[in-house]
Amino acid sequence: MVSREEVIEVVVDLLRKAHTELPEDVVNALKNAYEREEGIARSIIKAILDNISASKNLGVPMCQDTGIPVVFVEIGREVDLNFDLKEAIREGVKKATKEVPLRPNAVHPLTRKNPGTNVGSHIPQINIDLVEGDAIKLTIMPKGAGSENVSSLKMLLPSQVDQIERFIIETVKNAKGKPCPPIIVGVGIGSTFDGCAKLAKKALLRRIDEMSKFELELLEKINRLGIGPSGLGGRTTALAVLVEMGYCHTASLPVAVNIQCWANRRASAVLR
Amino acid sequence: MEYNLRTPVKKEEILRLKVRDVVYISGKVITARDEAHLRMLEYFDNNKPLPFRVEDVVVYHCGPIIIEDEGKFRAISAGPTTSARLNPLVPKILKKVESMVMIGKGGMSGEVADALKEKGVYLAYTGGAGALAARAIKEVKGVYWQDLGMPEAVWVFEVERFGPCIVAIDAHGNSIYAEVEKRVEENFRSILSPL
Repeated sequence: MVSREEVIEVVVDLLRKAHTELPEDVVNALKNAYEREEGIARSIIKAILDNISASKNLGVPMCQDTGIPVVFVEIGREVDLNFDLKEAIREGVKKATKEVPLRPNAVHPLTRKNPGTNVGSHIPQINIDLVEGDAIKLTIMPKGAGSENVSSLKMLLPSQVDQIERFIIETVKNAKGKPCPPIIVGVGIGSTFDGCAKLAKKALLRRIDEMSKFELELLEKINRLGIGPSGLGGRTTALAVLVEMGYCHTASLPVAVNIQCWANRRASAVLR
Repeated sequence: MEYNLRTPVKKEEILRLKVRDVVYISGKVITARDEAHLRMLEYFDNNKPLPFRVEDVVVYHCGPIIIEDEGKFRAISAGPTTSARLNPLVPKILKKVESMVMIGKGGMSGEVADALKEKGVYLAYTGGAGALAARAIKEVKGVYWQDLGMPEAVWVFEVERFGPCIVAIDAHGNSIYAEVEKRVEENFRSILSPL
């Protein structure tokens, strides 16, 4: 049976792994971008790749903005839990903040007071899904503010299906160099006001080297913008576009664009 | 052109830099984000002297991760933060100082480019490259305004060949971001036209 202590340790391990080892699909996409680019854009991608190696070799976070931990939990229907899972995750985040270490980012929204632990009301953000089976799958995505701040949501009209592309590309255009391009673009189409934002965030959990025709076409258009690495111009503005869809009310068409920086950090573990 | 600059960076060295030049900084760098900029302005408003001279250092838009190791501070990850948040604050600071060299990421506004004329430059460091940046930080010399919290405090770093930094806004009104933005707007219109 899974214990509270085990969950705490796994949360610490996952945060350490997410911050010091970028998934290989993202590293490969950056290496491909390096081959494509020239001049300043190429030197920026080189610095990113050097940074990824330095982070791994030194065991220190690749980016000082260690973000807000966004946690996705899939609990198997047969799992027997005899402790407070959310409390254990929060404890793991506190421990990781000291041990990895992480930058204490979580503050009160109005007073801006920083408890120094990355834990507070609704932070870390924990999403729980019930699934089949006897295991718990924990996935952590640390989300930085540079990219989160330029994300956007729009309640389009049902007659504006043809405006979806424009909204996505425009969101990337308005973000300019702020979200640390090359970026990954997570898109949620449909569901509800909050549901489409969740779809956009969940899209960012996918591998970035498996895209549909629609996603690849969007990626090609976004890269024609020319914002480039660090916003200094170039061919690679985005590494991937990932779209998730859900049904919505016949009278609405919610669309959310969740931008992610090149440091598309994510790590998962299965507990039994 | 590629330059190795040591702090304090002289006015004539600042004026020599052109957009797209590559710069490596050695010497004293201080970190300053939103809260530190606000406090600097508070000091200016009250005619209170700052605890550091902006002209003698390089101002780095950065909120580092600092650890305390056997009584000594050490920066373990220290990449740049989004400079655009400081767009409304930097021109006010430039009015009060002789010169300023800034390092950040993501670019700054036309107003900042105007305020930098004959006075300073904005250097772009690769966004997200926190581990690489920390490798160039040889020592944390001290900290001011620690009450602002780790990311917002003013940390004083001794750096060696910190870079590559790209001159993204020079002291002559040129900005790579303005050039890129103009092109991006044109591209945006052409991407959408067949839709």
